[in-house]
Amino acid sequence: MSGFANAGAGAIVREIAAVIVANKAYLSEIDGRIGDGDHGNNMAKGFGRAAERVADGDTLDAGFSKLSDVLMSEIGGSMGPLYGMMFDDMASAIAGQDTVDAEAFGAMLAAGRDGVMAIGEAQVGDKTLLDTLCPAVDAFAGTAGEFAAKLEAMKSAAAEGRDATKDMVARVGRSSRLGERSRGVLDAGATSCCMILTALADGVARRLG
Amino acid sequence: MQRFINDPDDIVDETVRGFVKAHGDLVRQHPENARVVVAQGAPVAGKVGIVTGGGSGHEPAFIGYTGRNMVDAVAVGELFSSPTAKSFLDAIRAADGGSGVCVLYGNYAGDNMNVKMAARMAAKEGIEVLTVVANDDICSAPPEERDKRRGVAGEILMWKIGGAKAAQGASVREVQAAAQKALDATRSVGVGLAPCTLPANGKPNFEIPAGRMEIGIGHHGEPGREVVDLASADGVADEMLRIVLDDHDLGAGDEVCVLVSGLGATPVNELYVLYNRIESQLSERRIRVHKPFVGNYFTSLEMMGATLTVMKLDEDLKALLAAEAASPGLGVSA
Repeated sequence: MSGFANAGAGAIVREIAAVIVANKAYLSEIDGRIGDGDHGNNMAKGFGRAAERVADGDTLDAGFSKLSDVLMSEIGGSMGPLYGMMFDDMASAIAGQDTVDAEAFGAMLAAGRDGVMAIGEAQVGDKTLLDTLCPAVDAFAGTAGEFAAKLEAMKSAAAEGRDATKDMVARVGRSSRLGERSRGVLDAGATSCCMILTALADGVARRLG
Repeated sequence: MQRFINDPDDIVDETVRGFVKAHGDLVRQHPENARVVVAQGAPVAGKVGIVTGGGSGHEPAFIGYTGRNMVDAVAVGELFSSPTAKSFLDAIRAADGGSGVCVLYGNYAGDNMNVKMAARMAAKEGIEVLTVVANDDICSAPPEERDKRRGVAGEILMWKIGGAKAAQGASVREVQAAAQKALDATRSVGVGLAPCTLPANGKPNFEIPAGRMEIGIGHHGEPGREVVDLASADGVADEMLRIVLDDHDLGAGDEVCVLVSGLGATPVNELYVLYNRIESQLSERRIRVHKPFVGNYFTSLEMMGATLTVMKLDEDLKALLAAEAASPGLGVSA
């Protein structure tokens, strides 16, 4: 079974951060329609700072740990702990592995999802990042075949999950106060989560041996 | 905006620095974390540490309740945004005198997550952390969903009781139980007359039309129960008291602590106008105000409005309420 070398894969965190920083204004704009409009700013601040701290030889888990540290220690609010927990648990799942194969990667994704669900109160369907994350994790696990094919399935499911939040009514977080008025707009967290998973999948696919 | 601001991004750090300079007899800055304020003399060896934290913009809450026999360390967030898990963790460490720490905070999604993570990290370091989550805001959820209610000015009474219990040398479980008991005996309601503005946004977060008032408004402008025509001060006081009494088990012969707080822009004299009516109405029902607090105790930037908080007292709570305490926001003489 194919896999990718853990050493050096920490650079994927920089690739994820580049996407988040490039979409800073877009994320803040969709957040502003039903939230407080600071999602892009906070995400770009956290991911940008983490990218500066990732060293060339860092493993993927080292990169995730650095990202998690920044999110938890400098960002706060709700997204800091949610993504901080996700990356912390993902890092723990692959720590110490020289090569990360599809099975280990799937376990890492599941650990990240479980971390978000343990710290937050949301369920699938509440118009949150879980609506992107959960189907993406399931698609990776449920798709037969090579690592690359599983990554493609994960990306598709993430995008579909993100798009599905448009017709949902928010049930947790600040936008839940709007009730029916939250319908018709993408959830900012689900959107940033899709960017993260897509950049992660692309980064891994480029490194598969 | 007619406000005193340099750069909106610096406002929280500048607030904390000025606060620590103004109250150096009672508080100090955490040496490594600019977003943590610690009581002078904390941690006290063998004493249970009391920690809280929350978004800024509610001053004197939360930092103002740091002090002697009150809160030992406070985590400070951005305006209306939860402090980081790291700041809660640093506050827990700074408050820990070796006998455990009680984190007494309000029921908001970000605070719940950041406290949970900080408690998890502190546990790994061998610090026993227990929590009490304040949910005194009546209009934020119906009685059958009390666990969903938000925490507002009732938190101050929870800190007072928890701080006094810890000062007596109680165990971390006893302190948690005392703070929970104080909270269970406490109900709050807010009325908003005009909205507030986050400096970075530059425009009000929500609207209240002229001549109207929002009954049950939250501390960040969360929608209340209804928006109705602005009544007279006595009419507003009666409505606030009615909401509290409908939700609270209070009757003739009971003794209470009453806290009336402004939300930031309401003149303090008007708070006394409200309290005058509230006290008379309680007296008429033969409910005695054992201890009143009237002033700007828990604000929401420059929101116009007020909150009413009522805690039902027993001999145990009365003794803890009367115990000596000193903090910039609240003091009780020996």
